[in-house]
Amino acid sequence: MSSSSAGHGQNNSRTDEPGADGRSIVTRSPEQTFALGAVMGGAAVGGTVLCLFGDLGSGKTKLTQGLAAGLTVPKTYAVTSPTFTYVNEYPGRLALYHIDLYRISSPDELLDLGWEEYMWADGVVAVEWAERAGEYLPEKRIDIAITITGTDERRFDITFNGEHAAIDAALISRTHER
Amino acid sequence: MLVLGIDTSCDDTCAAVLKDDFEILSSVVSSQDEVHGRFGGVVPELASRKHVENIIPIIDHALSSARAALSDIDVIAVTRGPGLVGSLVVGVSAAKALSLSRSIPLLGINHIEGHIASSFLTPNRPAYPFVALVVSGGHTNLYIARREGEYMLMGQTLDDAAGEAFDKVAKLLGLGYPGGRAIESAANRVRGEPVEFTRPYMKKGSHDFSFSGIKTAARNVVAAAEALDEALIGRIAAGFQEAVIDVLVSKTLDLARRESIDTIVVTGGVAANTRLRTVMDERASKRGTRVLLPPKHLCTDNAAMIAAVGRIRAHEAALNNLTLNAVSRWTI
Repeated sequence: MSSSSAGHGQNNSRTDEPGADGRSIVTRSPEQTFALGAVMGGAAVGGTVLCLFGDLGSGKTKLTQGLAAGLTVPKTYAVTSPTFTYVNEYPGRLALYHIDLYRISSPDELLDLGWEEYMWADGVVAVEWAERAGEYLPEKRIDIAITITGTDERRFDITFNGEHAAIDAALISRTHER
Repeated sequence: MLVLGIDTSCDDTCAAVLKDDFEILSSVVSSQDEVHGRFGGVVPELASRKHVENIIPIIDHALSSARAALSDIDVIAVTRGPGLVGSLVVGVSAAKALSLSRSIPLLGINHIEGHIASSFLTPNRPAYPFVALVVSGGHTNLYIARREGEYMLMGQTLDDAAGEAFDKVAKLLGLGYPGGRAIESAANRVRGEPVEFTRPYMKKGSHDFSFSGIKTAARNVVAAAEALDEALIGRIAAGFQEAVIDVLVSKTLDLARRESIDTIVVTGGVAANTRLRTVMDERASKRGTRVLLPPKHLCTDNAAMIAAVGRIRAHEAALNNLTLNAVSRWTI
């Protein structure tokens, strides 16, 4: 998946310089959302935690499917929603832990889930419904707030908490290649 | 022969005792009202810790209901995957401890194979080969069972499981949990035309499923509506349910037709949906295909189905099976 196929990137009010604390990107189809995830997966380093915030149907699982592709998770694995299992694990260039907190009723349940082990693992973690983790979210993380802006259009407001230069650079070059 | 089955793969703690010839002597599920009354409280949704508290009382309850002692048990069958490792490990550890301390052969079981084997717990058992649709909150898998213990995965969901889509659309519509039952009863009350949803058939000949798009389509209908009144809720629920069931039934029947197989087993939590049972039965019988739908309490998670696999695979059970571990992903 080449980053140029990731479609229309836009930088709104945020700066386009590496090291900036965030950027906004708009996708106009599920395929573009997948491609955006693949760019991030291609650049992710061990220990990266991506927190996904967005309504039902906003594309959290689609973005994570792209992330898996970028992490070279074999295509024989269907990257499916972890809502019922809470956690799905996939082997790739780095292990991908796909966590879904949709069915969590209190942040304390995270301890039962083995949350801390995933946060300290050397893989890449994608957390859907991350707002339900409350104070258990690690300080160093990437927040991705997804807004449904049209039937197929989604806006991704990406905020870097701590140093995430590789992913940031990949997102910038993706925008410039367009 | 008596088989003790144990399952802690998801929300419920389950234990069961099965006699020869697949006769269920007891089957205990922690969320059953009777069990709630016995142990008090409501089982929380994330239940790893609750499994630890439940596991011994539930096993005891299963044994005493079966009027059996641990010394009567010939094989212990425990679910080792797929599921949440933190939950699975509770059942696996208990099973290993019982096996070691009482010298009872032990067997690790795949939860999905358990769902398929639930069809052997009924008087009308399937004859091989048969097509099996396992459809629940966590799975939508389509298999061909060629012979005992030999399954070919022919299709699966590429995003959301069917049961999950039911739950999430129920949530969108402000209906209760579990979503399957809520959608079904809202659909039954529908007045007026159901909202039409595009069937996600994927590419021609594919037996894979995708229910994420239909969930998003339902969301778009809700977002575009001026008011989400009861009439619209019913029309969305009915249209959504019909679309999901249509795809499930069509793909299952298509696989059976292509493979010239005349027996279909449908199981898993969503197989408790009355409308799915009716449509599957009607459309299959038109083509002379036999559909086996285990009773609803055997479609949802239980340990009798795990014991049934233990009964089928009893010859593989081993003593000192202490390397048996829990696995989060395990495809059969």
